[in-house]
Amino acid sequence: MDPISDQNWLLSLGTFLPLAGVLVMLLIPKKEELLHKQIALVTALGTLGVGIATLAAFDYDQSARLQFFVDTEWISVINSGYTVGLDGISLPMYFLSMVITVLVMIYSWNHIPSPGNPKAFLILMLVLQTGMAGTFIAQDLILFFVFFEVVLLPMYFMIGVWGGEQRQYASLKFFLYTMFGSALMLVAFLALYYKTGAESFSIPYLITEGINIDKDVAMWIFAGMFIGFAVKVPMFPFHTWLPDAHTQAPTQGSVILAAILLKLGTYGFIRIAIPVLPQAAVEWAPVIGVLAVIGIIYGALGCLAQTDMKRLIAFSSVAHMGFVMLGISTLTEMGINAALFGMVAHGLITGMLFFCAGSIKERYHTLEIKRLSGLLVQMPKLGWILGFCAMASLGLPGLAGFWGEFPAILSAYQPAPQLDVTLFRTLMVIAALGTVLAAAYLLWLYQRTAFGEPNPEFTGHGHAHSVGAAGNDEHHDDLHDVNVYEWVAWTPLLIAIVVFGVYPQLMFDVMDPAVTELVKVFHQ
Amino acid sequence: MIASLLAVDFTAPTVDYHALAPEIVLAAGLCIVLLVDLFVDERQRWITSTLAGFTLLGALIPVVTLAVIGDDTRYPLSGESLTGRYVVDEYALILKALFLLAGYVVVLMSADEIERGRYYQGEYYVLLLTSILGMVMMASSRDLISIFVALEFLSIPAYMLAAWNKRNSKGNEAGMKYYLLGVFASAIMLYGMSLLYGVTGTTLLSEIGPAITASGEFSGVHALAVAFIVVGFAFKVSAVPFHQWAPDVYEGAPTPITAFLSVASKAAGFVALTTLVFVAFPRADDVYQPFIFVLAAASMTIGNLLALRQTNIVRMFAYSSISQGGFILMPLTVAGVDGAGESALKAVVVYLVVYAATNLGAFAVIIAVARKTRSGEISSYGGLFSYAPALGVLMTIFLASLAGIPPLGGWFAKFGAFKAVLDAGTGWGYAIAIIAAINTVIAAAYYITVMREIWMKPVPDGDATPIRTPSSIQAALVITCGATIVLGVLPDLVGRFGDLADLTGALGR
Repeated sequence: MDPISDQNWLLSLGTFLPLAGVLVMLLIPKKEELLHKQIALVTALGTLGVGIATLAAFDYDQSARLQFFVDTEWISVINSGYTVGLDGISLPMYFLSMVITVLVMIYSWNHIPSPGNPKAFLILMLVLQTGMAGTFIAQDLILFFVFFEVVLLPMYFMIGVWGGEQRQYASLKFFLYTMFGSALMLVAFLALYYKTGAESFSIPYLITEGINIDKDVAMWIFAGMFIGFAVKVPMFPFHTWLPDAHTQAPTQGSVILAAILLKLGTYGFIRIAIPVLPQAAVEWAPVIGVLAVIGIIYGALGCLAQTDMKRLIAFSSVAHMGFVMLGISTLTEMGINAALFGMVAHGLITGMLFFCAGSIKERYHTLEIKRLSGLLVQMPKLGWILGFCAMASLGLPGLAGFWGEFPAILSAYQPAPQLDVTLFRTLMVIAALGTVLAAAYLLWLYQRTAFGEPNPEFTGHGHAHSVGAAGNDEHHDDLHDVNVYEWVAWTPLLIAIVVFGVYPQLMFDVMDPAVTELVKVFHQ
Repeated sequence: MIASLLAVDFTAPTVDYHALAPEIVLAAGLCIVLLVDLFVDERQRWITSTLAGFTLLGALIPVVTLAVIGDDTRYPLSGESLTGRYVVDEYALILKALFLLAGYVVVLMSADEIERGRYYQGEYYVLLLTSILGMVMMASSRDLISIFVALEFLSIPAYMLAAWNKRNSKGNEAGMKYYLLGVFASAIMLYGMSLLYGVTGTTLLSEIGPAITASGEFSGVHALAVAFIVVGFAFKVSAVPFHQWAPDVYEGAPTPITAFLSVASKAAGFVALTTLVFVAFPRADDVYQPFIFVLAAASMTIGNLLALRQTNIVRMFAYSSISQGGFILMPLTVAGVDGAGESALKAVVVYLVVYAATNLGAFAVIIAVARKTRSGEISSYGGLFSYAPALGVLMTIFLASLAGIPPLGGWFAKFGAFKAVLDAGTGWGYAIAIIAAINTVIAAAYYITVMREIWMKPVPDGDATPIRTPSSIQAALVITCGATIVLGVLPDLVGRFGDLADLTGALGR
């Protein structure tokens, strides 16, 4: 499939535009907080504009081919090129990263976490955006690696500076896990390079050459990439950094982490590991499938044990990413389509859940489930939104979450011909049980936080107000329902959850040709 | 008798003045600085630092014109027995540019620091320029004698500079230690060189190469000679186990000189070692390969482990530079393997350039911060980001580059080193790659400790007055930070230098 090179400046513009905003912001003093917010938002909107232009210019009839393709010399000494392109697999995630950044910017308008300093916070966010978008367009392993790593430091600082109580521990854990994973990934990339004749790091080239690698070697190379990507996903047993990072990160950090960063790992499997080394992928698929299902059950049980709302949502990510990985491990058209859909759906839904959690935390100054109750009474709108997201997250048909989970489970019924049918059917049954657990923990969470009477702790001073002793209760002053910034930031996500839930074909149509091309090798 | 000596035909060498221009400009410049210093008033001593800076930039001009004109190798001094002993090729030019720019940044960093000391400003810059002249000569030397002369030329002023804080016992200790160990190393090296001359009958590197195995067998004397020379340079580049002087010297010397020693002077040692390995010892890899393997592995591991325990930032950087030195040595372990020499040489050159930019930048931040905190403790960096965000971010960039995090220069330097040893595909290569991979993660731990102080810890004594950074240090920071980022994003800028054919082919290997 030859790539198409029309309008190929679009991708580079969309990826690097945020850095232009960063440069401008660097020149403006820190105390111009409003100006910084404006510039950051305008930059993010401009980037989104480029993203929309990309959507418009994308040739949907050719979505199996790489479009806007650029292939120029970059580091000639190691035969690595600046190779970028977009196809049906990467388009949804590329665009989602831009949308999420804009929404997070809007949310940040009046939600800059302590200790403040919007300049630094927003600059880090824009750098993150470049790293995320770049990872999804890179078609060269070295370029991919560089973009993959660009997100590391901004996220580290976002957690470590603007995070919660345990932020230093959480950020260090995040950093070390990711660093360890990427070291192995880089080694695997290098091995791939040498085993294909040290010609090129370009992914399309490696896809044609990788099949010739000796199977034993390919197994080892795949193992390196597997660990590198699995840490990022995160798959059981590499997931332990995630609950800490999510819980301690500021709301914006959690949203970006859940919506985009975790997907860098799954995307790596689909873009690199599987197409380049199909022979090893077949051997590793059962392992991936088993770990994925362990992740589903383990994540769900973990959720049931949590007392902190944010930590619960973090564990639910482990479970949801388990469904995505299960879909990938089947190596079928349906499974990988489901995985890609699940990536976007999880980004929308869990991103939204973290937004809700952030707003609840801001109002009650706690996320301890025991202390929260009666959300629907005190803040009906926020309560309903939380309920909506919980329903979407547990995979209610008609909302986006369903189309990630259900086909993933279904695809395990008939995995790729080389795989063991019995094993995958067993996995299917266990994964289906996982959805029951998901319903349990989400509904239980919702029941405990939203139903019932509000905790007297947060209302007990009601009569104090009536006697005019205002101002002695700071908690109470914070108790307002969804405000306008939150509405603006959340509405697009809520609409998208419904739209993709009702009409999933919108996304499947874009992805399917590329996925069909990808799995062709397993059906010959 | 005298008459017979005089009667020997002396044919004056043909001098290519253009090729020799950088050295001439430097030599003239340092004389001018010395003279001007005699006649200017005490209050106008800033003139000397300005002159020194201009001298270095002036010397850079011919380097650039030579690089632009062409890629054919030039012999600044050619004549009957001179051709090939002093060479200007792309390899020499990129390194000359590196030394001159590093020197310029050190001058920028020194201006304020030395002015406040109020003594011997002129001499300081004269010594600095002399040392840089030695380094510039080193880049071109392809002969045992010129290598040795260049080495002494660059070392002796450095001994004096290390002892610059003469009223401070640590300064005296630094100078003395550096001097004694330096001389010791020179003596060992010279002994090795004399052995080499004795068995090969020549001092020209390109003739030593073939001669070393001419007799078919590799004798004990050959091995001894190569080993002594490598050990001598191991002292110069402070490779473990010959590193003990480095932390004390770095701590005692004025900080700009520490930066100079840890970057430029170290790089000069590597340059000489690289030239020797590639040109003189290409067939002696049985001897130097295990040697350099041990040096590299020990340097990176022990340097890292000791750096983890440091509480003083300069000492931490001393050990970090030992460990980084191990990474620079790493590609040389496979220099003799067919097909890997090319990438090994490139890796060394790229690493030297990137490391110079990054480490100088880090020291510029250390100088700027120490102006306020008057402390070298790592804990004094607490909360730096909150009151001096620019310095905090710059230090983060430099530390991240040293840790090898893309897209900063350090990642490509490390990548190149890994690629070189993997290119070789030998057991030695894989072994050192694994050791280096583990060390990359260990190193990240102490670099990130400093980042945590800067970003996440409170200001130690609550004193959050902003830091005023002198404009010369600002300039140094802009240059080094720009280079660190640009080299990471567009590594091809230096990647094309250091072609093996340049270094060895022209010499008829």
